Amino acid sequence: MSAVLAEMPEAVAPATTKAIAPSKGGRPWTFYVLASLFAAYVIALYGPMFCIYILSFQDIRGGLVFPMKGHSLHWFVDLFTQVRTGDVKGSFDRSIKLAVIVTVITVVVSFLAGLGFRKRFRGDTVVFYMMIGSLVAPGLVLGLGTGLLFQALGLNASWYSSALGAQLSWTLPFGVLVMFAVMSRFNHVWEEAAYDLGASRWQSIRLVMIPVLAPGLVAVALFGFTLSYDEFARSLQTAGSLNTLPLEIWSMTLNVTSPSLYALGTVTTIVSFIVIGASLGSIVLIQKKRGSSAKG
Amino acid sequence: MQPSPSQNLSPSRSNLAGWLYVSPLVLVLVPFFVAPILVVLAASFFATDGFGGLTPGFTLVSYVEVLHSALTLKLYLATIKFTVLTWVFTLVIGFFVAYFLVFHVRNQLLAIGLFLLCTVPFWTSNIIRMISWIPLLGKEGLINQALLGIGVIRQPLEVLLFSDLAVVIAYVHQLTIFMIVPIFNSMARIDKKLIEAAIDAGASRFDIMRLIVVPMSKSGIALGTIFVVSIVMGDFFVVKVMSGGGSASVVSAFYEDVGVLQYPTAAASAVLLTLVLVAIVSLILRTVDIRQEITR
Repeated sequence: MSAVLAEMPEAVAPATTKAIAPSKGGRPWTFYVLASLFAAYVIALYGPMFCIYILSFQDIRGGLVFPMKGHSLHWFVDLFTQVRTGDVKGSFDRSIKLAVIVTVITVVVSFLAGLGFRKRFRGDTVVFYMMIGSLVAPGLVLGLGTGLLFQALGLNASWYSSALGAQLSWTLPFGVLVMFAVMSRFNHVWEEAAYDLGASRWQSIRLVMIPVLAPGLVAVALFGFTLSYDEFARSLQTAGSLNTLPLEIWSMTLNVTSPSLYALGTVTTIVSFIVIGASLGSIVLIQKKRGSSAKG
Repeated sequence: MQPSPSQNLSPSRSNLAGWLYVSPLVLVLVPFFVAPILVVLAASFFATDGFGGLTPGFTLVSYVEVLHSALTLKLYLATIKFTVLTWVFTLVIGFFVAYFLVFHVRNQLLAIGLFLLCTVPFWTSNIIRMISWIPLLGKEGLINQALLGIGVIRQPLEVLLFSDLAVVIAYVHQLTIFMIVPIFNSMARIDKKLIEAAIDAGASRFDIMRLIVVPMSKSGIALGTIFVVSIVMGDFFVVKVMSGGGSASVVSAFYEDVGVLQYPTAAASAVLLTLVLVAIVSLILRTVDIRQEITR
């Protein structure tokens, strides 16, 4: 996804009249069919989510379905004050902390791995397929294995040890795959130029690669944070006695039948949207700054 | 792979450098992917006292039990049904959404914007997106209200929520993005001149689709398929929540086994599932070199 962003400025196709979709003149009928399909997809994608955001603002009479009964913040207050809904505040805290730790590790490790994978080295295929394996393995099974492993070693499972590792086994493959896409668009000539000018390996990384790859690294961070913050299957058997937020939501789906469940959905989505907005915003900002300094 | 910036390094030194760069990745994947898998494999051969206690040893009892149970076949059939249905729907929707964005949207910036619009929900909580179907599909949900309102039905449809239909809807809702992104990426690389040439040579719309677009999107389709198949086959919470307990999949049965501390049976079933998954993924990987594809 970041690769697409990075590609943005250069790939403007010249105007053409001979194409499936001519860039000038009338639209073919397929355009209207596919545009409707696309619109339907986007509505189906966002529609249900907006339903629960709206329903979370009902008053005390509110139920799980429409019609909306009154307007209030009752269920948000309920969420953070009621004991029966569980430890929402604590799990929220833990999830944010865990996501920050996972993000930092994911960015650093994926960046280094991205550098490593640029050249073939003996055994690189093994590492690559280990990563793909970690990505496609059923999360619950890996989580159970990690839990049993900790048990066998006599270690206590907790969100900052076993769950951290279990989440990294999920975020790192994504991070490295994004780094692949980012690296494939990095022109190695810049790095060569740095070496020619007498830069050390560390200087070329710090002064050339990191600034050039900054938008891609932000994208990796976005993946790291959101995938950890929403991670569920791998944390289930590894988080120990204290829940992370998705685990809290999971237990709520099984026993809470009030709109506080929706209120929690609204709160966690707002956090996600803030993180997504900040990441995409900073990518655009970096691109813009680069564009203006290149012209100046 | 790009040519290395420092080709003067000897092969052994460049091997060492490669391993140094990927060593942090390996240091996470070995304890949190390889070791847990081995633990599960080992546990599948252990005996149990039925109360969560494991006796180290080597017995095939668990495998015999899993393979002899009629339930196993039922679970696999259910899982395969969900996988195939989800795969077909995500593929068709994902392919045409990507096609629309790449070939029909004239403004590059708009195409990127619409693409991001599709990807944003990927970065929000899956559980929340799943439960957000409740106010729509429920017995008193919007769809039933609307159908009753226009008089199509007299009784609310019960089949909408807590059914196999709801499970497939939730999967398609969550996973279509995994088709859109890789297919979009491979389609965006198709040279528009190729299509102009085909039109000049008298190709019809259908010919272009059949002979150019589909073959050249093959790697994207393969990548998307790997994601969708591995996630659906490894999932349990969508099945558990959206079927209302009416359906089960291989992993949701695994979850129940773990719940009642039947670790060896659960482990044996997990090992079998992993073997099936590995077989499917390697079959797909034979048709496309994803490493080549991703790093290109």
